[in-house]
Amino acid sequence: MSDMFPLKVTGAETTRRGKRLVGPIDLTLDGQGTCVVIGPNGSGKTTFLRLLHGAARLAGGEIRWSCPLEDARHDQAFVFQSPVMLRRSVLDNIAYPLLMRGTARAEAREAASNWAARVGLGGMLSRAATVLSGGEKQKLALARALIAEPKLLFLDEPCAALDGRAMREIESILSQAAASGTRLILSTHDMGQARRLASRVVFLLHGKVHEAAAAEQFFDHPETPQARAFLNGDIVE
Amino acid sequence: MIRKFLITPLFAILAMSSMAQAQDVMKLAVTTSFHNSGLSDVLLPEIRKDLDLEVQLLVVGTGQALKLGQEGDVDAILVHSRKAEEAFVADGFGTHRREIMYNDFVVIGPGEDPAGIAGAADAGDALARIATQQSRFVSRGDDSGTHKKERALWQAAGVDPDAAGAWYNAVGAGMGAALNTASGMNAYILSDRASWLNFGNKGDLALLYSGDPVLLNQYAYLPVNPELHPHAKSDLAVALEDWLTSERAAALINEYKINGETLFTFNAQ
Amino acid sequence: MGDLWSGLTQAFWLVVTLDKELVEISWRSLRITLSALVLASAIAMPLAAFLAVRRFRARRAFIAVMNALMGLPPVVVGLVVYVLLSRSGPFGVLGLLFTPTAMIIAQIIIIVPLIASIAHQSLRDLWQEYHDLLISMNVTQWQKMKTLLWDARRALLTAALAGFGRAIGEVGAIMIVGGNIDHATRVLTTAIALETGKGNFALALSLGFVLIALAVAVNLAIHWLGRTEREGRW
Repeated sequence: MSDMFPLKVTGAETTRRGKRLVGPIDLTLDGQGTCVVIGPNGSGKTTFLRLLHGAARLAGGEIRWSCPLEDARHDQAFVFQSPVMLRRSVLDNIAYPLLMRGTARAEAREAASNWAARVGLGGMLSRAATVLSGGEKQKLALARALIAEPKLLFLDEPCAALDGRAMREIESILSQAAASGTRLILSTHDMGQARRLASRVVFLLHGKVHEAAAAEQFFDHPETPQARAFLNGDIVE
Repeated sequence: MIRKFLITPLFAILAMSSMAQAQDVMKLAVTTSFHNSGLSDVLLPEIRKDLDLEVQLLVVGTGQALKLGQEGDVDAILVHSRKAEEAFVADGFGTHRREIMYNDFVVIGPGEDPAGIAGAADAGDALARIATQQSRFVSRGDDSGTHKKERALWQAAGVDPDAAGAWYNAVGAGMGAALNTASGMNAYILSDRASWLNFGNKGDLALLYSGDPVLLNQYAYLPVNPELHPHAKSDLAVALEDWLTSERAAALINEYKINGETLFTFNAQ
Repeated sequence: MGDLWSGLTQAFWLVVTLDKELVEISWRSLRITLSALVLASAIAMPLAAFLAVRRFRARRAFIAVMNALMGLPPVVVGLVVYVLLSRSGPFGVLGLLFTPTAMIIAQIIIIVPLIASIAHQSLRDLWQEYHDLLISMNVTQWQKMKTLLWDARRALLTAALAGFGRAIGEVGAIMIVGGNIDHATRVLTTAIALETGKGNFALALSLGFVLIALAVAVNLAIHWLGRTEREGRW
């Protein structure tokens, strides 16, 4: 259904002060299911997601969507590891993306209130977003990302600091989103979560794609010794 | 919400900004000494009543008053520095010069009078005594009419204040501020009588010398030249001149008193 | 000491009896300063937001100059505005010299850098917080500015109050461009200067106390308005 995909990445890299953070990366992604990005700390997962999203400057190579870049940017959203809360109410936070797209205020608020209910924030619409708990903030960020019905949603370790219950709720929202056709690209250091959600896995090491495969194949038959070691819980350098 | 709260009353405020104005408004530059006399508080309401004319006073030194007239920022000036006034008219900045009234300057100083000027023969002698004693003296130092008069008196006394020592203090301020300084330093100062009588911070100061004819202070009225400044309200300036030289003005000016003392003598021709 | 005490009592009676002239010049002070404040805020706050979200070559230099202009000597501002508005100056035809409008212009010039600098600091901090989200949402420059201005409104209120404080207590510039004309451009500060000149320290002081009370009252009123806002506490 998505005309953004396939996404073709060739030789993409990003640098900071002349030092290469990530890349060169060659990768092709199609428009189905959930792609989970894993790798040890410092392997460049966050930068990789930002690079694809367009939030990190491309220093070389190419990231090519199957549609014009502007349309691609319009149809994606990003949920950060520590979500940014606008200094507004829960309702106004969730409605924000719609308002920025010119939706009428009443309509945007109505939609926001529906989304708040779907992520379990229905009882705290007028509360200040900045005083929510970590799990509530993450759920708000999800609702805010999904309200504009993106075709692609990036999530950077969305459950990094959450307890089990919050994690379950968030994964359930993510599964629903994936089921309704939103492509997810999600980074995590939680192998359990990776196995639960992934249809495809990208294993990053030292800023490069070390291995990329369908989820079952990757988890059952990792090709490289590093991937095998990582899945075993060994330290990979 | 904040915007609504703030802006609504603000527009109301702005809308009311031009309330209660007289039919006509003109600007007149006057000297601080004239304003300090309090005479304007008597004359302006009468002018408004008689002519339906609101005269807005710009209270400045003679130097700045002449400059305001020259630039066309006022419609007429009322000052007291004959030479400068004549130059003003000669240079075409004013249409003519009309004498209205005079008051006089007085020498103020510490009550104990260390320079002994109370017994001076004339004004020049009084200042010469101050210079000889090197008693502290405060000068306006602002190119005002009073300042110009003071310079002329020093010249008559044969003293060059520019070469004077630390006893001579040019403060570069209006009459009131200069009197405040003199009061603080307990120094001698030349003041117009009206400013002195109305001054509220006399301290140990006292009126020590007055009466020399050279101390008379002639006020003149000069309308700004409308050929130079077409926006100047010359018809109002003429109306005001007629009023200032009328018998009604004469009575008001001659009868104006502070502490029972007459301040001004009407002498318009 | 005696002047201080009699100033206080005089201030008390002036206020209690709603002295006509006092009410007039206080009202004029408030009107001029609030007008200047609203206009200055309308210039300074979008400018601050622009400087927060937009990167351009001379940005740092611009901000440095703006911060330096916070200390602009009012007398110099007054003189420059005077020369510009004088009949012989470039804007002389407008006939604005010695009018409340001229005083508003001078006050705007004095407080715009102040409001913009203070506003910029809080907007810059907020922008750091919001940067990733707004960039990711692909919003326009103008939308970024609007979002920052709205969400930082409490901090902006503080900036505006600082501007108000500076403007209402200013005397040098407005004395020059307003001319301290009775019933036209005389405000609390210039009246204080005038009464001091006459040696009427008690009256000058009493006007000073009224000025302080007015400034405090406006501050309290604006804070109160801010607090009664529905959305809560940021």
